[in-house]
Amino acid sequence: MSQPRMRVLAAAASAVALLAMAACSSGTTATSAAPGATGTTSATADEKCAAYAEYGDLTGKTISVFTSIAADAEAKPHTDSYKPFEECTGATIKYEGSREFESQLPVRLQAGNAPDIAYIPQPGLLQTLVADNPGKVFEAGALATKNVETYYDPAWKGYGSVDGKFYAVPVGANVKSFVWYSPKAFADKGYAVPQTWDELIALSDKIVADNPDGDVKPWCAGIESGTATGWPATDWVEDVMLRVNGPEVYDQWVNHEIAFNDPKVVAALDQVGTILRNDKYVNGGLGDVKSIATTAFADAGLPVADGTCYMHRQASFYQANWDKGTVVGEDGDVWAFYLPSMTADSKPVLGGGEFAAAFSDRPEVQAFQAYLASPEWSNAKAIATPNGGWLSANKKLDINNLVKPVDKLSFSMLADEKAVFRFDGSDLMPSAVGAGAFWKQMTNWIALGKTSQEAADAIEKAWPAK
Amino acid sequence: MEWFLKPETLPEKIGVMVLAILLFAAVMGLVLAVVDRPRLPRWVPAVGYLGPAVLLITFGLLWPGLNTIKNSFFDRLSQNFVGIANYQTIFTDMGFLIVLRNTLLWVLLVPTVATALGLVYAVLVDRTRVEKFAKTLIFLPMAISMVGASIIWKFMYDMKPGKTQIGLLNQIVVWLGGEPQPWLLNPPLNTFMMIVVMVWIQAGFAMTVLSAAIKAIPDEIIEAAKVDGVTGIKLFFYVTIPSVRPAIIVVLTTIAMGTLKSFDIVYTMTGGNFESSIVAQEFYVQSFVQGRPDIGAALAVLLFIMITPIIVYNVRQMRISEGER
Repeated sequence: MSQPRMRVLAAAASAVALLAMAACSSGTTATSAAPGATGTTSATADEKCAAYAEYGDLTGKTISVFTSIAADAEAKPHTDSYKPFEECTGATIKYEGSREFESQLPVRLQAGNAPDIAYIPQPGLLQTLVADNPGKVFEAGALATKNVETYYDPAWKGYGSVDGKFYAVPVGANVKSFVWYSPKAFADKGYAVPQTWDELIALSDKIVADNPDGDVKPWCAGIESGTATGWPATDWVEDVMLRVNGPEVYDQWVNHEIAFNDPKVVAALDQVGTILRNDKYVNGGLGDVKSIATTAFADAGLPVADGTCYMHRQASFYQANWDKGTVVGEDGDVWAFYLPSMTADSKPVLGGGEFAAAFSDRPEVQAFQAYLASPEWSNAKAIATPNGGWLSANKKLDINNLVKPVDKLSFSMLADEKAVFRFDGSDLMPSAVGAGAFWKQMTNWIALGKTSQEAADAIEKAWPAK
Repeated sequence: MEWFLKPETLPEKIGVMVLAILLFAAVMGLVLAVVDRPRLPRWVPAVGYLGPAVLLITFGLLWPGLNTIKNSFFDRLSQNFVGIANYQTIFTDMGFLIVLRNTLLWVLLVPTVATALGLVYAVLVDRTRVEKFAKTLIFLPMAISMVGASIIWKFMYDMKPGKTQIGLLNQIVVWLGGEPQPWLLNPPLNTFMMIVVMVWIQAGFAMTVLSAAIKAIPDEIIEAAKVDGVTGIKLFFYVTIPSVRPAIIVVLTTIAMGTLKSFDIVYTMTGGNFESSIVAQEFYVQSFVQGRPDIGAALAVLLFIMITPIIVYNVRQMRISEGER
C-alpha cells in the first residue's frame, strides 16, 4: 500500500473519530478521598455529638459526594466540614470534584455510576436532571425536609423542588445585588453611597461631569467567560427586572408566564442599557461599550482599585478576585454597597446558591443530606473556610463564624426581613435559555449593538416548547 | 483485591496501570504466538492480526458513529424519533447559518492560503544557503499546540484603551497613528483574524511536504526545461507545480480535514461568541454546554458529510496519479 493511500485511510479514520466523539463523552475527574473517621475519645465527644444522634450509627458506611470544586485547596473546606459528621456517626465521606462537573454528572447518571450526593449549582440543572432521569434523583428524606423547613426561608425549599416534590437541600448561597466601589475614592470626591436608582444615575452623571476628559468613568464591566460569556450581563438584567417590574413580574418572567420579549422585559433591558451601553458611563479603564464583551468578568472590577472606574456591579464572590493586598472592608480599599432600588424603602435582593441532591435513598445518604441542611453543617463549613467566600442562607448560621466582612454583609441581607429575595433567573430558566440564548444574546446586545427588542425576540424564540 | 477494582491512592492507580499494560502485552504476545504457528489454516493468522484492530474500530469508531447518526434523528434524550427536525433547525436558524458560513470560509481559505504560502516559500528557499534556518522558522508553529498558538495570537490581537498596548497588532496601529481595534470582536473580521492563526500553524506542514516533493523532482526534467528556455515563473507553473501536483492535493485535503475538525482556536480565542463559531465548536457547545446532544449529533454528522467529499476527491486523485505512473 502506497504512502499517500495510508494517509487517506488515516484521515478517514480520524474523521470518523470526530463523529464518534458525539456519541460518548469523556473527561477526567480528580478524586480525593476524605480521610476516614478517626474516633475521638475525648470527654466532650458525647456532648459534641449530641446533635448528631438523630442520624444514628453509620459506622462502616460510605457516602460519595460529587462537586465542581476540584482543586485540593478549594476542596479542603468541604472535606473539613464533613469531619464532625464522620466523627460522630462513624460514616466515611468520599469527596470527588471535577471541573467538568456539569457535563460529567448527566453522563454518570445515565451510565448508572451516579454519586450518592452531588452539589448542583443551578435549580435549572436540577429540573433537567429530574426530568431526564426518572427514578434516579431521590426526594429528600423526612429529616432533611424538616431541617430545611426549620432553618431556611420557604423560598429555598422551592428552589430545591421540582413539580412540587422536594429534592435538593440548599448548601451555599451568594448575594448578587452588590456594587463594588472604593470608599476612599468616594470620600475624596465627596460622593455618597446612593440610596435610590435616581441617586445612582445622578452620581454617575456627576462622575462624568467631574472627569470631562473621559479617562475615568463611573462604571466598569466585563462579561467574557469562555463558553459562558454573557452571564454577568444576565445578572444585570435580573437585578433591574426586580427593581423596575417588581418580584411578581420577575417570577412570571422566570417561569415564562410572560414572554421574554414582553414590553416589560424589553424596558428592563433598555434600562440596563442606560448604563452598560452608555459610552459616557462605561467602560472605566477598559475601553468603550464593546470592550465589555471582551473583558474577562474576573478582571472587570479591578479598575475600581486603581482609580479609573468608580463602580462595578458584581456578586459577593467577587471579593476573591481583588489583587493580593487589596483590603476588602468598609474602611478598606474596596467595599460593596447594595445596588439601590427605585425607592429607598423597597429592597429586592438577587442571589444564587448550590443545592445537594441525592441519587440514592440509602439511610446513610439521607442522613448526610439532612446534615447538610442542619445548622451544625453550615457553622462547621463557615469555620472550615478560613479565607471566606462562602455563606449559606441557614437561619441558624452564626454570623460570627463568617470571616469576611462581605460574607457577613451578604448574610445579613439574606436574613433581612424587609429584603425580598429572588433567585438568579437565568439559573432557574431551562438551560437552552439560561445557559444559552440569554447569555449569547446579551453578548450580541453589547458586542454587536443588537437592539433590546431584537435580543429579547431571539431569546423568546429559543425558549423550548413544553 | 478491593483496591484493584476501585483504586483510590496514587500508588494503587499506578499499580493498576502497570497491571493493565502487562495484561495488554501478555494478550498481544499470546495472540502473536498462536497465529505464528505454521500448521494453522490461513484464516487464523488473518483473524489474529486483524481481529483486535477490527474490534477496536468497530466499538471505538463504527458503533459510536452509527449511534451518533441515529441520535441526530432523535430528541434530546434519544427517546423519540423526530425525523429531520434537528437538521431543519441547523439549516433555518440564523445563528446556525452564520456558523455554516464561517465554516465554509475556514475550509476554503485555510487550505488554499496555507498551501499557497507553503509552496511559494518552499520554492523560494529551495537550495539557498539559509534553507534550513528559513524552514525552521516557518515549521516551528507546527510544534506548538493549537491552544498555545491561540493564546499567543490572542495577545497579538489584544486591545487596551488609549495609547499603551500590549498587543503587537494594535501597537503597530497606534504607531501609525490609528485607533486600536478590537480585532476579535467585530464579525466577520474576527473569523479572518482566526483563520490567520490556522494558516500560521498549517503553512509549515504544507511547506515541509511540498519542499520534499520539489526535491524529488528529477534533475533531468529541470535541466531539460532549462535547455528548452523555461525559467523563473514559467518553470514554476509549467514544471514545478505539475510535478508536485499529487503532493499539493494531499496537503490541501489534509489541511481541509484538519480545519473542519479543529475547534481549539475558536474555543480559545472567542469561545464561539460574536458570530465567529464554526461547526466543530458549535457541536461541542450544543452537546456539552447547552444540553442539546441531539443538535450536537446532527452537527457531527454534518461535519462528517462535509469531510466525505474531500476524502473521496483525495482517493480519486490518488488513483488517477497512480494510473499515470
